[in-house]
Amino acid sequence: MAEEQKFETEEKVERKQKTGMINAKELEEKYLRKGMMPHIFCTGCGIGTVLGLTLRAMEEIDMDLDNTVFLSGIGCSSRLPGYIDVDSLHTTHGRALAFATGVKITNPDLNVVIFTGDGDCIGIGGNHFIHAARRNIDITVIAVNNYIYGMTGGQVAPTTPEGDYATTAPHGNVEPPFDMSEMAMSAGATYVARWDLTKPVQPMKSIKEGLENKGMSFIELLSPCTTAYARQNKVGDIQEFWEWYDDRTMLAEEYEFEEEFSPMEEWEEIKEKMKIGVLKHEEKKSLGERMQEKIEEVKI
Amino acid sequence: MIEVNEKYCKGCNLCIEFCPRDALEPAEELNEKGVHPPVEVEDRCVNCHLCELICPDFAIIVEEEEEV
Repeated sequence: MAEEQKFETEEKVERKQKTGMINAKELEEKYLRKGMMPHIFCTGCGIGTVLGLTLRAMEEIDMDLDNTVFLSGIGCSSRLPGYIDVDSLHTTHGRALAFATGVKITNPDLNVVIFTGDGDCIGIGGNHFIHAARRNIDITVIAVNNYIYGMTGGQVAPTTPEGDYATTAPHGNVEPPFDMSEMAMSAGATYVARWDLTKPVQPMKSIKEGLENKGMSFIELLSPCTTAYARQNKVGDIQEFWEWYDDRTMLAEEYEFEEEFSPMEEWEEIKEKMKIGVLKHEEKKSLGERMQEKIEEVKI
Repeated sequence: MIEVNEKYCKGCNLCIEFCPRDALEPAEELNEKGVHPPVEVEDRCVNCHLCELICPDFAIIVEEEEEV
């Protein structure tokens, strides 16, 4: 029996070296709570992919599960910590970041990861988000942006693009949308990245870098909402929806190049696209480090 | 070799649509959820693991076959 187990682990190690990752079954056995699968998310929803990518990123850096806390607020994406077999806090609407601040300040050794959605993070919890970024707390925020309040039936969210349809905007949305990543950057987060899920490897790498980064890491993932958003906006089937994401996004470097060199008429079309990529990565002292310095300074 | 966990598959067809080698196709039979889960087309897969990465339901496992 013992020999068999040893053989298995050697096989796993070999595979990990060859492909750089573990397979879905091992991932499920190691990280997910038993009896919770298949998960509750709709057919074609990107949140399941976000979970898979996060777990793979955690596996790559060998994260200590006993020393990790997952937090979430309310919403579709906020159901995720319930599936992972680690300590987690499912908090009130929009307050995940406020709870996370408390957790991190009380026990600075913990790895704190937050799953949040667009309504939860920037809508209801907007102020907490700005101040968490301003303080530069050492946490990782994985924000799943699906442009709509999916769980409650598809109402307008702060990130719904202008002109798109929702339950509370049957003739098209008239409000200009929030740009979550721009907000995080200007408020002071040290690692900011945005990706759409049609390219799975890059977001995985970004999550990995975010987990390793000291300071506030904000990773915005554009995830398709097939039930509330796609139905009301007549996007079509899943393939068309994913291609729609490719049409609406552009790599940050390309976007900046076009901004500088493309003719006026072309630029008018490109202007509306969302920049994707690692948008900001800098070194800055986190709140924990600054507090520690202060404690050393005033200690008698 | 692509293994599909039919119990978990919700039939979103992402794997079938986005496989660069067309190594998956819908099965003829329905699973217990009433959707057609993917099945492997023989001799097409090159172990790129893309379907495993994009599957939202942890239903696909790509195992590399040992060369004889």
